[in-house]
Amino acid sequence: MTTPHGSYLDYRTGEPVVDTKAPDGPVAERWNRRRFEAKLVNPANRRKQTVIVVGTGLAGGAAGATLAEQGYRVVQFCYQDSPRRAHSIAAQGGINAAKNYRNDGDSVRRLFYDTVKGGDFRARESNVHRLAEVSVEIIDQCVAQGVPFAREYGGLLDTRSFGGVQVSRTFYARGQTGQQLLLGAYQALSRQIAAGNVEMHPRTEMLDLIVVDGRARGIVARDLITGRVDTHLADAVVLATGGYGNVFFLSTNAKNSNATAIWRAHRRGAYFANPCFTQIHPTCIPRSGDHQSKLTLMSESLRNDGRIWVPKERGDTRAPGDIPEDERDYYLERAYPSFGNLVPRDIASRAAKTVCDEGRGVGPGGQGVYLDFADAIARMGRPAVEAKYGNLFEMYERITAEDPYQVPMRIYPAIHYTMGGLWVDYDLQTTIPGLFAIGEANFSDHGANRLGASALMQGLADGYFILPSTLADFLARHPHDEVPADHPAVTEAVFGVTDRLYQLLSNNGDRTPDSFHRELGELLWDECGMSRSDSGLRKALDRLPALREEFWRRIKVPGSGTELNQSLEKANRVADYLELAELMCLDALHRAESCGGHFREESQTPDGEAERHDEEYTYAAAWEFTGSGAAPVLHKEHLVFHDVHPTQRSYA
Amino acid sequence: MALATRPEQRDKQQREKQRPTRPVSTAGRLWRSTIGKKTVMAVSGAVMLLYLIAHMVGNLKVFFGPDDMNSYAHWLRTIGEPVLHHEWFLWIMRVALLAAVIAHGVAAYQLSRLDIAARPVKYVHQRRRTSYATRTMRWGGIILALFIVWHILDLTTGTVNPNGEHGRPYENIVATFDTWYGNVIYFVAMIAVGLHIRHGFYGAAQTLGVGSPTRDRALKVTANGLALILTIGFLSVPIGVMTGVVE
Amino acid sequence: MNLTLRIWRQTGPDTEGAMTTYEVTDVSPDMSFLEMLDTLNEDLILRGEEPVAFDHDCREGICGACGMVINGNAHGPERTTTCQLHMRQFEDGDVIDIEPWRAAAFPVVKDLVVDRSAFDRIIGSGGYVTAPTGSAPEAHATPVPKAAADTAFEHAECIGCGACVAACPNGSAMLFTSAKVVHLNTLPQGGPERESRVLDMVDTMDDEGFGGCTNTGMCTTVCPKGIPMSSITTMNREYLRALRKGV
Repeated sequence: MTTPHGSYLDYRTGEPVVDTKAPDGPVAERWNRRRFEAKLVNPANRRKQTVIVVGTGLAGGAAGATLAEQGYRVVQFCYQDSPRRAHSIAAQGGINAAKNYRNDGDSVRRLFYDTVKGGDFRARESNVHRLAEVSVEIIDQCVAQGVPFAREYGGLLDTRSFGGVQVSRTFYARGQTGQQLLLGAYQALSRQIAAGNVEMHPRTEMLDLIVVDGRARGIVARDLITGRVDTHLADAVVLATGGYGNVFFLSTNAKNSNATAIWRAHRRGAYFANPCFTQIHPTCIPRSGDHQSKLTLMSESLRNDGRIWVPKERGDTRAPGDIPEDERDYYLERAYPSFGNLVPRDIASRAAKTVCDEGRGVGPGGQGVYLDFADAIARMGRPAVEAKYGNLFEMYERITAEDPYQVPMRIYPAIHYTMGGLWVDYDLQTTIPGLFAIGEANFSDHGANRLGASALMQGLADGYFILPSTLADFLARHPHDEVPADHPAVTEAVFGVTDRLYQLLSNNGDRTPDSFHRELGELLWDECGMSRSDSGLRKALDRLPALREEFWRRIKVPGSGTELNQSLEKANRVADYLELAELMCLDALHRAESCGGHFREESQTPDGEAERHDEEYTYAAAWEFTGSGAAPVLHKEHLVFHDVHPTQRSYA
Repeated sequence: MALATRPEQRDKQQREKQRPTRPVSTAGRLWRSTIGKKTVMAVSGAVMLLYLIAHMVGNLKVFFGPDDMNSYAHWLRTIGEPVLHHEWFLWIMRVALLAAVIAHGVAAYQLSRLDIAARPVKYVHQRRRTSYATRTMRWGGIILALFIVWHILDLTTGTVNPNGEHGRPYENIVATFDTWYGNVIYFVAMIAVGLHIRHGFYGAAQTLGVGSPTRDRALKVTANGLALILTIGFLSVPIGVMTGVVE
Repeated sequence: MNLTLRIWRQTGPDTEGAMTTYEVTDVSPDMSFLEMLDTLNEDLILRGEEPVAFDHDCREGICGACGMVINGNAHGPERTTTCQLHMRQFEDGDVIDIEPWRAAAFPVVKDLVVDRSAFDRIIGSGGYVTAPTGSAPEAHATPVPKAAADTAFEHAECIGCGACVAACPNGSAMLFTSAKVVHLNTLPQGGPERESRVLDMVDTMDDEGFGGCTNTGMCTTVCPKGIPMSSITTMNREYLRALRKGV
């Protein structure tokens, strides 16, 4: 096919983007300095200022509750029927904090170091250090809320070590840490809703951002029950809408998690940073057939005691129990003796793909590797294994009808988290003044790869502690002034939204939203998944405009716009995925190095390990939208490493 | 500013409409809540249960002949003398029992109304045995209420008793159980009593918060035991009359 | 396998609904129940009909969004969430009845989607610890006995799906409410608000139109997270204790 849309490849590099908010000085003092230098809002004036928070996960729930406690008027949205259902709830493993309760050499400095290194030196030092500092306060806050963390017999908090680190700094609540932390935030938010400080709009989806005179002043949102499209105006807008992993169709994200809010913000002028940095989680349950609608993750804490292996011989179809010990390849333990099965996620995932590509994969389609607990059961006894992993084993058995106490689990990597997101400065403000992005929706803290148990930490850090401080500075500098409800920017945004919904409803084509979503997901998984190549990415970039064109020509959405219409919701989200996917592929193509979750086949060491190119790519790629289908502009934020010296990551 | 969407408004209106002001007194708050009403049922049920145990034990006097039985009945009127006047104790107990019956019945009626209103549309696909216990309690309760009326007219006032002679309970009892309908009514009622106590005792323990996983078995055994003993104890009288042991 | 589905279709909150029959073919036993409905919906869209609306999100059994009554059982024949139910539980030729949660407090929004916001209001009335951000003491300042932490966790596992209400013959939310009360009242952090929490939450629960508990235990048999019946007993105890202490 010719490439009439080749224009996307002709992207331009613009002025670098600079984070002007981070103070200078020693990294350990910057957060304190920033907080001191920030302007404050008089408590009496807070009630006059309205903040819109979109999303009620860890970041959004925590932010909404905290801002309301501080006295601001909060108007909050979620597409779920209750704020308690945001997808943070599904996080299993735990939350990191540099408490050093174990006296095992942990410190804020070490958590900072581990996170920068784990992010493969593509994260901003000042942000990561702040995250490590705040981590200890999060645990205090959550315990005070009644989050039932696991405890020792002495009544003190238990911790465990978690994927890719050698200290025991992960706090957990059995396999449901995300649920418990989210319920803590939800309960705090519920208190503020009941007190009338938060106006909560459940089952309401943000469909566009309203920008007035260059400043974010509100959103256009659709009530999913009545179909009513309304505008909501405010003094600042906070997006806490999570990541965009669902662009792959099959991912561990919730089915309705979507990228519409951040993508609409991007179209309105917010730069999108590092879209190609996606995390593939190594321990997911393999797919069972074409009907698969989503993938289920099992906590990587399983790797603490489970051993990963495949048969040494390709095409070995014997039952796992029939394969003798010396014909098994414990490939992670073999290749990475000091970290073994606990290597970071990107490495574990890619290794699984490598052995499966060699034809040594197990299970249906050869898309799986064994995660074996036989040794752990022999060593610890079944009751101990059950106490630690019982709920995960049960979940696995329910889905696969196989008993993991008897036969090894089968696992395969799946899209799990997106490190990329809206570009934000140290204050978590995007390039649109007044628009903030927190949690997974921003790009800030994880660089090119996120360490286990760090997502919960970042979401809560942003929501409870960082945003409430930095947002106050913005609000103090922008006293309340009214935007007329009939401002041209408002009516234009509403018209854009209703027009697009009308187009989707009136098209009456012959393909369902899901069929497009599946096709897009397969294309991305093949060409922009665990391993990316120049030719593959070009192929995807060539195909995407055509797929988008086909979507608008053939999409079929039944029903009307004035009622609960789940097909309409889905189609509208897929339309945005089709645009976002192109930017992901372009970002992946332009970054001709391997780093973190982004593995470029052209950039590897002779023994097949990922190879970074620091001299060319030590920057965050922030993309500016220039129009539908038009080539975006690349703005580089050059990253400076004062405190952690970049090295090739080695986990051997 | 932000335009509130319809559901929010509807919610708010609904909540304001639904939410009556809460009584501040403890008793008022107790009576307003479902748990409170069930507490009333549990306590009044316990009062009636204690009474039934004493009543049942007293009934067994019938097996010792008319003199024992009739003098026992007479003695009941003299309890508390000389502090209490003749029959005062009996009247105090009757008033207490009446209060318990009324409290129990009113609470049960109100709770049932609430429970039925909470599921206005039934499932198309009905499951077996979903509400066995609930139904037993409701129908059983109604049967017992009717029985009590008959029982008082029969053996307290003697109005509908074939013998109906004051001061001669033994003869009155025998007369009742010489009729077929007396036996039928009594049997049905006593089985209802058993079933009612079986679930009611257990439920009351839960409502009063004395149940716990470790006590669960003991509570169920006690509930079944009490139900069985009371049913058999009460039924032994008509059986005695039928078999001629009592005449 | 091939199945016959009879699904409750209702276009809106104020319209009449009815069971509608659909045939689905080539269902794989490895499909989840929701994936089976996905395939039905894909077909319906292509035929120009409206797909069946149902709530779902994480499809991992933790968000609590999904829930339907399948052949009279909340969440279907297994004790799990609907999303974790797999078609291997059914056999070729089965007729499956699918209905929404039925309760006055959960009005139907459309098809199988109901409004469970009453749960949010119950939590908002007391299901929290007042601990504004930043006010927390050092986490180890108050040790929590492991047993208390474990009990709190077991009750905190509730996902708010509403199956307990759907299964209860009285449409009661006692299990949901008690799970949160026990979670927070067991922990020292929840101590200062122990009394007001249980009183306010129970009041809200009653105001929202849920029925009372008659100890049938149906709620616990369908609870995907295994919240125990003792949770309700403990809440009753907490409630009466709070009333005694007065607030």
